Amino acid sequence: MIEVKELRRSFGPVVAVDGISFSAEKGQVVGLLGPNGAGKTTAMRMITCYIQPDSGTASVCGHDILTDPIGARRSLGYLAENSPAYPEMTVGGFLKFICDVRRITGAKRKQALDRVVPMCSIESVYHQSIETLSKGYKRRVGLAQALIHDPDVLILDEPTDGLDPNQKHGVRKLINEMAKDKCIVISTHILEEVEAVCSRTIIVARGRILVDSTPKELKEKHHATLDEVFRKITQGKVA
Amino acid sequence: MNSFWAVFKRELKSYFATPLAYVFLVVFLVVAGYLPFKNGFYEARQADLRLFFVNLPMLFAFMASVVAMRLWAEERKVGSVELLFTLPVTITQAVLGKFLAAWLFLGIALLLTFPMVVIVCYLGDPDMGLILTGYLGAFLVAGGFLSIGCFFSAVTKSQVIASVLSLLTCAIILLIGRPSTLNFLSKTGSGFFFLPGAIVPAAGIAYVILLILAWITMGELALLGALWFPVSWRGTEDVVGVLEAMSLQIHFDSMQKGVLQFGDVAYFAILIAGWITACAIILNERKAS
Repeated sequence: MIEVKELRRSFGPVVAVDGISFSAEKGQVVGLLGPNGAGKTTAMRMITCYIQPDSGTASVCGHDILTDPIGARRSLGYLAENSPAYPEMTVGGFLKFICDVRRITGAKRKQALDRVVPMCSIESVYHQSIETLSKGYKRRVGLAQALIHDPDVLILDEPTDGLDPNQKHGVRKLINEMAKDKCIVISTHILEEVEAVCSRTIIVARGRILVDSTPKELKEKHHATLDEVFRKITQGKVA
Repeated sequence: MNSFWAVFKRELKSYFATPLAYVFLVVFLVVAGYLPFKNGFYEARQADLRLFFVNLPMLFAFMASVVAMRLWAEERKVGSVELLFTLPVTITQAVLGKFLAAWLFLGIALLLTFPMVVIVCYLGDPDMGLILTGYLGAFLVAGGFLSIGCFFSAVTKSQVIASVLSLLTCAIILLIGRPSTLNFLSKTGSGFFFLPGAIVPAAGIAYVILLILAWITMGELALLGALWFPVSWRGTEDVVGVLEAMSLQIHFDSMQKGVLQFGDVAYFAILIAGWITACAIILNERKAS
């Protein structure tokens, strides 16, 4: 459902993403794993058509990000880092705006809201303005926004960053529940998260893919915890 | 619902979601209502709105800069621009949606000055055609200034810088057409340029292109330089004529006389289209930076 081919993007002299290729299918939860500045966010921003690649391309559900960016955006849900939203809007107003943009109207809109609001447990803050919310609630509103059109592809940039342990558990449970009929890509640098939710892990550093494997395989191959494997690979001690 | 309408609706609502809109409306209506009476509205003993309309361009230069400053600067500062442009919305839809919402907001402010019309109708028998073209002219001025504000809002993340740059540009475009400025320019003109009057539209377009190029290649300082370009462009009488035609003032004035010329309307259409296009280009370049 996601095809990424040789994506490359640099910012001035800094090469953020240096030729990344992978593909992911329905039912997979792919964890993009890497140290800060590895290019995870840049890669996700290119797949979601927010920034354009210097070279290479990708497609989401058959929509090429260069020739049909609107189609690609329509078929994916994206939770950006820090879950941006309009602070002065209420949660309800914000979700309704997303419905408008995604052309979900009338009875379908009510259905979508009834599905997504309890799913992300944001009923209690539904009428509150977003600027008054705590980080955890804000993140869940962002998640609700990404799920409202029930997309086939879900791209989540550090979905549990800044959440308390209970909320982290909740989000992971949610991801696991959705995993079987969606294609999910999450970025993270929290290793326990990879073990908890990902069926596949791609380790990225300095804009390149170093390893594309499953968490289980990695551990067996290196006879070590994921933590140690990650350190070994990203610091270049094991190729 | 079309994505354009969604953006438009959200933007218009957001003006009224904060006290900002009401503060603007009150300030605008107080100043717009106060100035004609201060300038001798009753003493003139004429049932027209000339004294009301004459202040509007300068007032709109301030109002539009302040109304437009948040359009993109805030969006980029808060980071919601990343949300907006990962939703199925094109840049054109978003830019137009936001611009038209802001324009409608200023239109509402303008409509709320209707008591002025009621006053002249009560006191005498005004020429309604003149009042209508007056309002149309004022609305177009608001749109022109808003498109400038929209551009500068996309240029910087700081709302203050955006509003100051936009006010500066609006003031230049307005003031180069004032008799005092033109007088000064024709006296100090050094005769370097011999441009025929027919060059007006070309000069306008070239100016906008220059502005964009200067910005992309050299950054903020160059942009300021490019803004001063028309001002430093002194020359012969012909050039003064060109500057006069580039100024918003004379196109507004001729509408105030009740004359609806194609050239005047086209001037505003080109002004708005040019700055809005520049806004979309700049936004596409720097939305992620």
